[in-house]
Parts: sequence; C-alpha cells; structure tokens
Amino acid sequence: MSFIDRTARAFLLVELLQGLALTLRYMFKPKVTINYPHEKGPLSPRFRGEHALRRYPNGEERCIACKLCEAVCPALAITIEAEPRDDGSRRTRRYDIDMTKCIYCGLCQESCPVDAIVEGPNFEFATETRAELMYDKQRLLANGDRWESELAARIAADAPYR
Amino acid sequence: MPEAQIKTYNINFGPQHPAAHGVLRLILEMGGEVVERADPHIGLLHRGTEKLIEHKTYLQATPYFDRLDYCSPMNMEHSFVLAVEKLLGVTAPPRAQYIRVLYAEISRLINHLLNVCSYVLDVGGMTPLLWGFEQREILMEFYERVSGARMHANYFRTGGVAADMPAGLAEDILSFCDTFPKVLDDMETLVTENRIFKQRTVDIGTVTLEQALDWGFTGPNLRACGVPWDLRKAQPYDAYPDMDFDIPITKHGDCYDRYLIRMVEMRESVKIMRQAIQKMPSGPHRLDDRKVSPPPRAEMKRSMEALIHHFKLFTEGYHVPAGETYTATEAPKGEFAVYLVSDGTNKPYRCKIRSPGYVHLQGLDFMSRGHMLADVVAIIGSIDIVFGEIDR
Repeated sequence: MSFIDRTARAFLLVELLQGLALTLRYMFKPKVTINYPHEKGPLSPRFRGEHALRRYPNGEERCIACKLCEAVCPALAITIEAEPRDDGSRRTRRYDIDMTKCIYCGLCQESCPVDAIVEGPNFEFATETRAELMYDKQRLLANGDRWESELAARIAADAPYR
Repeated sequence: MPEAQIKTYNINFGPQHPAAHGVLRLILEMGGEVVERADPHIGLLHRGTEKLIEHKTYLQATPYFDRLDYCSPMNMEHSFVLAVEKLLGVTAPPRAQYIRVLYAEISRLINHLLNVCSYVLDVGGMTPLLWGFEQREILMEFYERVSGARMHANYFRTGGVAADMPAGLAEDILSFCDTFPKVLDDMETLVTENRIFKQRTVDIGTVTLEQALDWGFTGPNLRACGVPWDLRKAQPYDAYPDMDFDIPITKHGDCYDRYLIRMVEMRESVKIMRQAIQKMPSGPHRLDDRKVSPPPRAEMKRSMEALIHHFKLFTEGYHVPAGETYTATEAPKGEFAVYLVSDGTNKPYRCKIRSPGYVHLQGLDFMSRGHMLADVVAIIGSIDIVFGEIDR
C-alpha cells in the first residue's frame, strides 16, 4: 500500500504542487518589506547608536572627566585629557572617540556616572572619509545638543530597568 | 601501451565564494568532477580573540564573545559568563537564569533560521530564505529591545544580565511563539518533501556514528548520527533543568538528516521559550553582590558606597580566584566551551575557546570525498560553520 502511495505521489508531483500553491498564496499576502530611507524599522529606547555628550539644562556640560568610559572601553576608542577649568571645576580638554574602533558595546554609557556619554538613536552617520569618523569633543557635544530631547526621553524610559 | 595516468587537478574554492559561508578557502583535489580530497584552509578571519581577552578585564571580554559566532551571539556569551561564575563561585539569580535561557533559545532560532535558509538557498531554493529572514528580523528586534543591539548584544554579564526585560517584551515573544510554528510548517511544506532538495541532500556527506564520535562532533551534527547528546539535558546549566523539551535524533547522518534535526530543534526552542516566559520568576536580574556586579543606577547616584563599587568595577573589574574551568554550553552549532584559567587577577590568564565549527570543518574531508563538486556546497551548508568562531 505504501508503495502505491509513494509512487502515486511521485508521479503526481504532489509535494511540488503543494509548494507552488503555498507560494501562490503568499503572493496575495501584504508586503513585509519597508521602503528604507522613507520608512524605518522600530527602535527601542536601548538602541546603541552614535555617541553624544550631553549637557545639563543650564548648558553646562555633564562630563566631569572621571575617565571611567576611557578605562572600560574594550576597543580603546576613547581618549580623554582633562584639566581644571578657570572656575576650578574639572572638565575635559579633549574628548575623542575613534568611531572606526568603537564596537558599540554600550559599556561607556553604562559606566558613566553622570549620564554624559550616551549612545543615541542615530545610526545614519556614514561618512565619505575616514577622518570624519574621528569624533572630537565639539562634534560629540553637537550631537548631544541635536538629540537631547530624544536622549532624555530614552534615559527616562529605560531607567527602571537598569 | 602504458596505462594512461590522469592527474587530479586542484581547484580553489573560496575564500570569496558565496557558498563558502564566510572566508573558507578550500583546496579541492578533483578527479573529473569527483572530489578526491578536500583541504580547508582557515585563518582568514583570525583576530586573536583569545590573546586579546588575556589583556581585558572579565567585563570587557564579553563583547569579544559576541563576535565569535556572530550568528548566535548570546550563546557564546553564555559559556563565558558561566565559566566566570563558576570560578567566582556565584550563581545568577533565578530571573537572570530564565532570561538567559530565553535569549539562548532566541539565539538558537536566529542561528538555525540563518543556517537552514541559506543551506536551502545553496542547494537551489530561494523562498525559505525570504520567509526565514522575516522571522529573523522579529527575533533581532527582541534582541534590540533587551540589549540595544541587533547582533552584538553584550547582554549576559557575570552574575546576571545587563538590564531587565522591558515591560511588554514577554507578551510579544509569546505571540511570536504562537505564530512562528506556522512559518516553520510553510517552510517544511516547501522543502522537506521536495524532490529536488532530497536529491541534493539524501545520502550526501554521510557521517557514521563512529566517525562522528572520533572526530568530536557535537550538536545537531552529532544528533543527526543518532546520539541523543545535548548538554542542555546531559549537564543542565542555568534554568534548563526546569524546562521540558525533547532532543530530536535521526539515524542516517547525511545532509538531509542534519536539516531535519534543525527544523525540529527550532520547534523545541519555541517550546523552551514559552516555558521560560511562563515560569520566569520576578526578582533581581543581577546578582546583589557589589564585588561582582555593579549596583543599580538609581542607587549608584545616591549612595557613596555604591558609587565606589561602580568605579571599582568599571575600572579595575573584579578579581577572580585562581583556578581553571572548562565550561561548556550547548550552542546552536554544538558544544561551545570556554577553558578559562585565572591567576587571581582581574584579567584571565588564559582563555581557550572550544568552537564546534572548527571540529566540524575537520570532517569536511571525509564527508565530501567521493562526492561531486556541487555536493561540497550542500555539505558546507549542512554542517553549519561560521568563520568567526573557527578562526577566532
């Protein structure tokens, strides 16, 4: 009996026709692709993208040059030089991130005690030259100013879980 | 008249060949179209991970594990954090163990989906890849929601996980568990009985039980030969003892059986994911031991002592008592193990990584001998190799 069954199946192309019918049904299902530059996939508040240095609401930069991020960075992508400012507070003179070295592990933002260095939601920062990926303090602070509202919302959303 | 001697000729397969699944350079000694010897050359993706880890603290070493087998990042981390926990003599809190099991199984799905789909693509079927990657995308979103990265998660930590699961994620994973088996059914309708697929895979690259044991095969490749060996059952770690699941085996050990094993394993993974969520206890997601895991952020901002611990852990890291351990977990590709030697400092003295792909690649020679050139592609696809972990 199984022989007849098997032979009939082989000659009637059962499994091929089943497959064809299935793919035909899928043709009428809604599309799942998204039109990327115009539509984007969802991002969670934890997404680790481009770095930014944040400021306090009064405009003072948050980073106190404790160099925890520099110490914890596994890729050694962060370079910090610090000195006391004229008003006596300790701030960075130089804060560089080599984005070509960075592995986006998120340890810098995890280690930062003042939420200064964060990895923001931006993942579209491709450049045409390598040199543009050597971020300095100015660039990072500019990122922070640009994304601040979103960064603050993300940190607030994620705070209960950390 | 002297007998005509036909010289075999060598062809170079890869390292840029799309069917080589990475940077495999394969020297094939061919007699006509029949493979007489296959000589895999490895090392094109060597990054010196093991040596680098010797110069990083235990916390900094975890991201390196994501980048070994980049198709199942969290399973690699799992071995490492379990090894460190063993040396430290700590265990993660129950909730962390369940989250880890949940994500280890999600990684297994990510890995098997990639492997099965690209394998079917290699032997000529394109549609499952499109369906599989749609599901993979959903799984990667689960990754992203919990860790912040779609692949290189850096999520498992010694003594727990980096952050708790956000609200609503468990429900989404459960609803994925409900819809996903339907996609597997569809893929099986297309592939499992398909005569073209069967002609390409049945009795190709057969591994006997003795060969599999002699060459140290593990994971789906061993189970395809009929050995019900799975470290999740044999030496349960984390929350696996509480999980109810089956280990599929098949008898023939050919390419087709390896495909079948992975399909069934995906269904078992869905079972485990569902149980992990349903049984997941509440509680801390990280060990409450300030010498090992950093304090919660809110506490760090308020308490001086917590801040000191925070600074200490993120600069110097924790010191691991001298000792050595061989800790193995069941990664999707097989037994992935970390042999960790600690000399009592904050950095590993030696970290040897036992990667399943390396072992399976050794078998390529005897598996492909006597088969046609096109069958080598099917064999490479079926043994599931990834060069990140082979070359390390």
